[in-house]
Amino acid sequence: MFRLVFAAFIILNCGALFAAPLRIEITQGVIEPMPFAVPVFIAETPNAVEVARNLTNVVRNDLTGTGLFREIPTSAHVGKITGFSSPVQFSDWQVINADALITGSVSVNNGGKVTVMFRVYDVFSQQELGSGLKFSGNANSWRRIAHKVADEVYSRITGETGYFDSRIVFVSETGGKAQRRKRLALMDYDGANVKYLTDSNSIVMAPRFSPKGDKVLYTSYASGFPQVQILNVGNVRSRPLINQAGTMTFAPRFSPNGNSVLYSLENGGNVDIYRMQLSNGTVKRLTRSPAIETAPSFSPDGKQIVFESDRSGSQQLYIMSANGGEARRISFGSGRYGTPVWSPRGDMIAFTKQSKGRFHIGVMRLDGSEERLLTASFLDEGPTWSPNGRVIVFSRSTQGRNGTSSLYSVDISGRNLKPLITPEGASDPSWSPLAR
Amino acid sequence: MKKLKNAILFTALVMLTACSNSGNPFGGNSNDTFFGNDLGDISNPTSPAYFQQAIGDRVFFAIDQSNLSPEAMDLLSSQATWLMTNGDYEIIVEGHADEQGTRDYNVALGARRANSVKEYLNSLGIAASRIQTVSYGKERPIEICSNESCYSVNRRAVTVLNNLGS
Repeated sequence: MFRLVFAAFIILNCGALFAAPLRIEITQGVIEPMPFAVPVFIAETPNAVEVARNLTNVVRNDLTGTGLFREIPTSAHVGKITGFSSPVQFSDWQVINADALITGSVSVNNGGKVTVMFRVYDVFSQQELGSGLKFSGNANSWRRIAHKVADEVYSRITGETGYFDSRIVFVSETGGKAQRRKRLALMDYDGANVKYLTDSNSIVMAPRFSPKGDKVLYTSYASGFPQVQILNVGNVRSRPLINQAGTMTFAPRFSPNGNSVLYSLENGGNVDIYRMQLSNGTVKRLTRSPAIETAPSFSPDGKQIVFESDRSGSQQLYIMSANGGEARRISFGSGRYGTPVWSPRGDMIAFTKQSKGRFHIGVMRLDGSEERLLTASFLDEGPTWSPNGRVIVFSRSTQGRNGTSSLYSVDISGRNLKPLITPEGASDPSWSPLAR
Repeated sequence: MKKLKNAILFTALVMLTACSNSGNPFGGNSNDTFFGNDLGDISNPTSPAYFQQAIGDRVFFAIDQSNLSPEAMDLLSSQATWLMTNGDYEIIVEGHADEQGTRDYNVALGARRANSVKEYLNSLGIAASRIQTVSYGKERPIEICSNESCYSVNRRAVTVLNNLGS
């Protein structure tokens, strides 16, 4: 869809590679965000003025949205960047207490192609952090370019991969609780560019991105029964995963290599987990208990599956081999645990916890230790991980007759809880991998 | 529920008729129990209206449970008797959950509830081949407040008739 050219164009200061004191350690749980300045990127061509302004704002919003950075507004700047290649007067940025300075330029050629160059400076050591980079793409891709710039800045300062050039598929909702209409929707991670993928003639639920972000699994009632569908994001066409009239299938999830799909199938009131090989349709049953087994999620190496089961008498989390068999229980706190999702880093499980009439989004280690509840409300559910495993998006429903559902994000430290603005009500988010 | 006065039944019928254009229950946009077929006259004991209103088309469940209460079994016995004498109908049992609970789990719970009804009707002589089940999880509440007075009505399994002759 987009073609982004990615090139390191110059290494100004080789020393900067080895001296980089500008650093945020995310694991420490940032309380004081790092102040940064991003003067509006220089428009190198007259037709780039508006794009430069918009693109700069997206970079600023990406960075401040993490809660790790604080923008010093343009009105407080005393210095001015007059040319992308001009020397930086570091004292101008030191005096306003900027730790980081990001400069950039934007040009638009006659064909509409947008080219962006940027640099990141450590203001106090007066050095460039890494080297300048250039991105280019077609006229419609300026937002993606902005996200790529912000991802690069985030990565240089935190040492971790960013998550801004990514998308979220979710269920868009309208209407009252008893007549709710639902349709699948896709948007950029920050809520921009909302596109609808299905109509709202039948209930849809729980979309899940493929590891490449090119397909979406979801559950639809179009046949009259809940049935797992597989949707091609490119041409927005769906087909049923299993063509077996009158059966109920739901809670699908891709394997990390995208070659197989986990799902739950109901038979005689009992729900178990199955795995289908997409290449040939081979199905293997993975659980065989008379209890409810659902909400499966693969480990990033594809070797294990975390899922929920009420085999103990209440909903709890279990881990088993990707081929099924013995499962070990990992949740032991008070209350019920559901919707487990393995983190992209492989070291944690996010879940929904129900306890004393409240719902929580939480994370725990693979052995159930270090359980940490990140949220609490009338109804929080369905966590999904950012591509770098630092942020969780989930749905929150409010209570009562006028109750609605919307998306929220929160850091895995429990900080930076905030709503994700969507045009309609929203639920069941699934975060894509970082785009290439 | 079984012995409502005719006047109330008539009112209920008018309300049902008003809703009856909401589509086929086997289609994708089911609005719970209402279907496009003519419900018939409530005073006619072979009519779907009689089944829905005079007998009662739904049973209710305790929190997070799928076992049938004695009241539910009584009602299902009446349903079974009706289905025995009205062999033109197949049924689909719709299981539902209240909003307390995660989405996937509630689909599974609704399926359990629908299956409890299916198994009980089957034990009373209704062929399993006449009974399909579907779960709507927490997607289609009847009452929309967020307390037990609504939840207790939403935790239900509804027997929906499908006339093979129509």
